[in-house]
Amino acid sequence: MDGRAAGQAAKVDLTALNPNAGVRGVIAAALVPFTLSNPDPARRAEALTSIARDPTAETLAPLRASINREPDPAIKAQKTRLERFLTLRFDPDPAARVAAIDALGADTALDVRAALNPLIATTLVAAASPPDGNIARTLRLGRDIGETAAYELLVSAQLAPARLTLEDQRVALIANIADGKVVGVPVADLNSQAARDLVYTALEEAGKVPTAATDDEARAALASHGFYEVFLEPDVTVTAAAHAAMDRIQANVAVMQAADLGLDALSLAAIYFLAAIGLAITFGVMGVINMAHGEFITIGAYTGFVVQLFVPDYTLSILIALPLAFAVTFAAGVAMERLVIRHLYKRPLETLLATFGISIALQQILKNVFGTQARPLTAPGWLDGALTFNDVVSISYIRIAIFVLALLFLCSFLYLMKRTRLGLEVRAVTQNPAMAASMGINPDRINMLTFGLGSGIAGVAGVAIGLYAKVTSEMGADYIVQSFMTVVVGGVGNVWGALAGASMIGGLQKLIEFLNPANTLAAQTYMILFIILFIQVRPRGIIALRGRAAGD
Amino acid sequence: MSRSFFAKHPSVLIFIAVLAIFTIMVTLASDAYGFGWLSTSYIKTLGKTLSLCLVALAMDLIWGYAGILTLGHMAFFALGGYLIGMWLMYARTEEIVVQALAHGGLPATPEEISQGIASQIFGVVGTSDLPAIWSFAYSLPLQLALALAVPGLLALVFGWLAFRSRVTGVYLSILTQAMTLALALYLYQNDSGLRGNNGLSGLQNLPGLTETSQDLVSIWFFWASALALGLGYLTLAWAVSGKFGSVIRAIRDDEARVRFLGYPVELYKLFLFTLTALIAALAGVLYYPQAGIINPAELAPIASIYLAVWVAIGGRGRLYGAVIGAAFVSLLSSVFTSGRLPNIPLGPVWLSWVDWWLVLLGAAFVAVTLFAPKGISGVFDRYQRIAPPDRKGAPLGPADGSLQKQEAQA
Repeated sequence: MDGRAAGQAAKVDLTALNPNAGVRGVIAAALVPFTLSNPDPARRAEALTSIARDPTAETLAPLRASINREPDPAIKAQKTRLERFLTLRFDPDPAARVAAIDALGADTALDVRAALNPLIATTLVAAASPPDGNIARTLRLGRDIGETAAYELLVSAQLAPARLTLEDQRVALIANIADGKVVGVPVADLNSQAARDLVYTALEEAGKVPTAATDDEARAALASHGFYEVFLEPDVTVTAAAHAAMDRIQANVAVMQAADLGLDALSLAAIYFLAAIGLAITFGVMGVINMAHGEFITIGAYTGFVVQLFVPDYTLSILIALPLAFAVTFAAGVAMERLVIRHLYKRPLETLLATFGISIALQQILKNVFGTQARPLTAPGWLDGALTFNDVVSISYIRIAIFVLALLFLCSFLYLMKRTRLGLEVRAVTQNPAMAASMGINPDRINMLTFGLGSGIAGVAGVAIGLYAKVTSEMGADYIVQSFMTVVVGGVGNVWGALAGASMIGGLQKLIEFLNPANTLAAQTYMILFIILFIQVRPRGIIALRGRAAGD
Repeated sequence: MSRSFFAKHPSVLIFIAVLAIFTIMVTLASDAYGFGWLSTSYIKTLGKTLSLCLVALAMDLIWGYAGILTLGHMAFFALGGYLIGMWLMYARTEEIVVQALAHGGLPATPEEISQGIASQIFGVVGTSDLPAIWSFAYSLPLQLALALAVPGLLALVFGWLAFRSRVTGVYLSILTQAMTLALALYLYQNDSGLRGNNGLSGLQNLPGLTETSQDLVSIWFFWASALALGLGYLTLAWAVSGKFGSVIRAIRDDEARVRFLGYPVELYKLFLFTLTALIAALAGVLYYPQAGIINPAELAPIASIYLAVWVAIGGRGRLYGAVIGAAFVSLLSSVFTSGRLPNIPLGPVWLSWVDWWLVLLGAAFVAVTLFAPKGISGVFDRYQRIAPPDRKGAPLGPADGSLQKQEAQA
């Protein structure tokens, strides 16, 4: 094996060697320097990826050697980064490892955290005296570690006998019953734990049952041992540096998470705003309680679903569905206003009940027509995926689209109310119908159009909500109470109120979910409790109208 | 005094007589004490309907008489059911656990029993510890007291918060909806200590009466419901016939004027809110042992809206109206949703009652609101030839809850 020719042989006489795993590893390591300095950048990048996936100590030296000769700046940066990961793990010199850790700074990338995590991994150790090794901290019994867990640790380290479970004790006692007695105690007296423990101890002394720890013994064993968290990594300086780096990263991650939470809250607020803006018009401006508002949202979503049945192109179908949903629910709203609500303007509580009747009828009709199973409303392909800023902060494109739609609604609504003839007439009729009528405005027509407008917006909101949630006949009902609360909290009578209400409810709900991430139901509960209390402080909502516009 | 009360309000006497005759007839038709014409499950349905009538009475008192449209009273009803259900479930499970442990060879220790109960009840939500709210579940008197005290206290606190800041009209309706929604969402959690969305079940089995057949139990509960309804009706009819009744009707029609006359309007409202919550809780205590199961869906806001629907269909502002409405709608609904009615062929499709009943109910409800604000009991006025007061179409007062011209009795 020194490069000289080995002579010649016939092909049949040669046997191909099959290298085993160890040999293959050696060969691969030998190949690394060549791949890392391969003239083709694609091959070099490939090599880096394969090293990153399966890092070994052997690759460190060739990687280091190849950094200075690297012509491509992007790959060079990648190599430097990978060299740090390998260094902090495999370098024999602790100082070099600490330097590598410090050089990482407060990078929040997932691979950095993955590289640091093994360095600060710990195991639990129970021992009578502090063990050798790199102790992370001493655990205090009852505060850092539960008694049950601590005792299990002692048992698994074979420092104490297994604790007697109540079931085992019972079985042992039953096995030792003789003539209705256990070691002289009648069975009928064994109806308390203390009596059973006494008898079991007596049996232990008689050698009839295996020795097992009773509560006292267990407590004594726990008291005579210490419990320690020990780093797997033996070097103190390295673990300290890794800890410091991790703390820096965590602080940075917390900031990022706050940003991510802000984005989440914003998109939730946009959804609530979309669901509530129609109500802000019918309830806020006209004072009509429309319990069927949720069903208008559902109708909008089903309109989108039906359009997608006929138009297979998702982008086109959404573009058709949005105005069509508006038209359908506008018509439904106008019909409802003409047939029912018109007769009940002076009786707001009766409106609530009549529209509730419409709501259950509509919901059941939708269920009968479309069935109980959820129907899909598919978003166009270009809305798939998410806008990712880094490993922590990201937001899906659908939510951005809903947010944009909400903004669009807000602007067009403001324009309509403040800059058009219709808006002027609507404001006039809501503030003083009699005066408006004597100025030549037809209040009947305005009320009809306003109600239709509010309903139509609910339909468009239904399409938007259907894009990210499943379309069922009950989807609107989920939003109705929430939407009313949005309007009430924000302040009845203007669109800014709905915006403020939606932002507050959305933001707060995300915040509570963040504080108690396991439980969205609890978050909603606390949210509603908060709203009930908030109404105490500001009964007219965040943005309260004053003076004549307030109506009373 | 009592003679003049009945003489002035003959409807009370008629109602009590009708209720008594109905109870006797059902008893005679039952399996347990009569000829067995009615099945046990139907007797349970009738008993449940009577409890619902009681809660409708409460709703009529607060909405029909005082004009406060609360949409959260079914929360108190369900809370009462939950609290009595806790005792039923605990005591029943205790019997089963003790029986099972008795076969174990050793007499059971108290720890083993409570451990067994906890893991039996809470195994389904993955814990085996009894939450603190079950501390009194072992005792019937304590839990019964809680079944009234907890809803009462909740109503007191909520009502105090709401009325103190002058939340009225539709805002109060929305706020009470929010309250019942919050409670429902809380109970849906597995760690709420009330078995999450599984709810409590097996409530029809009375502890200590395992040998007694459901035939007997059903008629007992029917009697209890009828008694509670009768007593409730008498008490409320007496209460609204006096000065108290006049004041709360005045609050309904013109709240501001009552306040200026020096009456503590908020106090009256708070008292009514709490009282009706207590009645609702009592009805729940009677209802859920007959239903056998309770889960958080019973607290959904829609349940409380249905309560208002019953009262409106029966005719608000009169006690018998509420009872008629609740009995009529809930019995009709059980007929239509039973699936036993034949489907009606309409050309190529079939009209299925189970599917279309809610549509019918919704439409009927709109029609009642628009065309018959007096509800079903308006029929009695027509029979008695009571004409509505001539107010040229105006409601009795400026408040949102004030009665319409057509609804007011002479």
